[in-house]
Amino acid sequence: MNTTLVKQNWYKRNEIAITPWLFLVPGLIMFAIYVVFPIFQSFRISLFKWDGLGSLATHGEYIGMANYEKLLTRDRSFNISLWNNLKWLVFYLASIPAGLFIALFLNQTVRGIRLYKSLFFFPFVISQIVVGLVFTWFYDPQYGLFNGIIGFVGFKPLNVLGDPTLSTYGVIAAGLWPQTAYCMILYLTGLNSLDLEQTEAARLDGAKGIRMLWHVILPQLRPATFIAFVVTVIGSLRSFDLISIMTNGGPFGSSRVLSFYMFEKSLSEYGFKMGYGAAIAVILFLIMMVFIGYFLWRMYQDEKATNG
Amino acid sequence: MRSILKATAVSLATLVALAGPASAELTGNLKINLDTSNPAPRATMEALIAKFQAAHPALNITTNVIDREAYKTQIRNFLSADAPDVLTWYAANRMRPYVEAGLLEDVSDMWADGTDIANELASTKGALTVDGKQWGVPYTYYQWGIYYRKDIYEELGLSEPANFDDMLSNCEAMIASGRKCYTIGNKWLWTGAGWFDYINLRTNGFNFHMQMAAGEIEWTDPRVRETFANWGKLIRMGAFIDDNQNKDWQQSLPFIIDGSAGAILMGNFAVSPLREGGLTDDQLDFHQFPAITAGVAMAEDAPTDTFHIAANAKNKDNARAFLAYIVSADAQTEMNNGANLGQLPVNSKASVDDDKFLNKGFEMLSSNSPGGVAQFFDRDFPAEMAQAAMEGFQEFMIYPDNLDDILDRIEGVRKEVY
Repeated sequence: MNTTLVKQNWYKRNEIAITPWLFLVPGLIMFAIYVVFPIFQSFRISLFKWDGLGSLATHGEYIGMANYEKLLTRDRSFNISLWNNLKWLVFYLASIPAGLFIALFLNQTVRGIRLYKSLFFFPFVISQIVVGLVFTWFYDPQYGLFNGIIGFVGFKPLNVLGDPTLSTYGVIAAGLWPQTAYCMILYLTGLNSLDLEQTEAARLDGAKGIRMLWHVILPQLRPATFIAFVVTVIGSLRSFDLISIMTNGGPFGSSRVLSFYMFEKSLSEYGFKMGYGAAIAVILFLIMMVFIGYFLWRMYQDEKATNG
Repeated sequence: MRSILKATAVSLATLVALAGPASAELTGNLKINLDTSNPAPRATMEALIAKFQAAHPALNITTNVIDREAYKTQIRNFLSADAPDVLTWYAANRMRPYVEAGLLEDVSDMWADGTDIANELASTKGALTVDGKQWGVPYTYYQWGIYYRKDIYEELGLSEPANFDDMLSNCEAMIASGRKCYTIGNKWLWTGAGWFDYINLRTNGFNFHMQMAAGEIEWTDPRVRETFANWGKLIRMGAFIDDNQNKDWQQSLPFIIDGSAGAILMGNFAVSPLREGGLTDDQLDFHQFPAITAGVAMAEDAPTDTFHIAANAKNKDNARAFLAYIVSADAQTEMNNGANLGQLPVNSKASVDDDKFLNKGFEMLSSNSPGGVAQFFDRDFPAEMAQAAMEGFQEFMIYPDNLDDILDRIEGVRKEVY
């Protein structure tokens, strides 16, 4: 009797501190099992030479940092993949201004605007595989629309996906199509919640066009821009499906990115280097951590600011 | 030990019983994973399994057909996590990683001297052997070679090339007529590997090729360079269709069907889509890849597809009975006939279907391949080596001038793999 009373009292006393944690527990357990634990597992596997078949303990051979040493000093494919990741990171960001432009354009009340909005959003809804296939046909050197268009303007035909200097850009362009739609929808919702009074006041002060956009509208869209930036950066680092379907990393490995290279080395038809693949995964993780860390820090700062 | 003896005894008993007129009833389960996802092979396998089921009504058979390409990456998961009893795969080095990881069952007992399998399947025993033991049974194989447009050759007054000079002069005539000599779709890399196999087998011979597969020869060796020099002659004269680096092999077929390319180096599985594409047997013909270096014995690629038992299988006796059934002469005759797989049976007592290309292929492999029979580049060479080399081939076919760089890169991989 006495103990239960004490217990109750203890819980009652700490209810506000404990309850949120109770709600968090299921999520935390999932997160630990499916995210945190595999991260450490990858670190461990990356120190081994292991073909991924049979158990790590019996078939793996501990080789310390040798995988990393090879990756960073002697592996040309890794360098190409890293550079391609950088290209993805930079050029993929073009989807943010493009999305903003389309959102501004669509943010008006005309008959049937809902239909136009849906059509612009469509590429984000269909599967990346379909996007990849459509663009593969678009780029086809014999029958593709792309060569028809540039031929019309007077350029020589190009085999975009077959040219090692162009293939990555070709795939990025395909990736921009759905990503632009995504950014557009983020900005459209942002535009819906604009403070009309501010716009009104700015108009009375004589602001118009670009100045209005830059000084009045964009600052209000900051949350949307932030989210668009986050999803685009993360999306560019985990690009995989488009590369897999459009070029298979080719020609001669020129359009690989780190995630695809990791898959190829450890899990693909000819890939039996689980340790090496894990080392690539760890490096990709560290690169992503830079961005994710920055985003989390930003969000924390914002939170602090609003909570005073 | 006792259980192994017992299992062997039981399986031998089943084998004997199967061979006899009154087959013993099998009971329990049998789980089969297949990679035969293309329509014709799928129907063939399902029909054969249905017959096996009819012979053993008490047996509960589950069949999973997995997409052929996806199967290649899924196999490592299901072998360890959710092992089937019987599964399809490929011979030689392609099965080696799974053998070494202990994921495939040793079926040497089925191959023991004096058994039907040992007698009737002797020619393929080597391809199923790793470390002196056998790890599965073959169920089909097929020839590789040059499928060409006979009508176009006749129109230009060309005949089947007997040597490399003929091949080059034929090709010149083809190019002069505004066509390409060979179509190829090299996006998935293995088609180019076929060309390397043949040019290397013809330039340096079977034993040299196998020494390369075993990692005993440097890729920068002058003899290897000679192979590439011969290949380069074809590439530089424009023998191959443009933009082949981002076409798959199916996309390369329209070029031979519409006559804008005269021939294709491919396995016999290309015949069926070419016929469906509208080519008649009068238009399409087959010839062996011509000799290059005089005096080098002809050797061929003939990839063998196989059945295995998973080491973690639960019903190994049923699985052994199924393997014995699949390789039996009757099942082999039916499975490989033109209406089904349209390939060559592995059992010497089975009959080859009366099909123009199967007959030519069978004759070539049994009487005109004294040098030896290889599996295929990516089955003879270790996986990592094959991947790196095939990527180099793809680049070589577009930029033959990059050869030195390509060979240095492949050689770097060779040093690490072996």
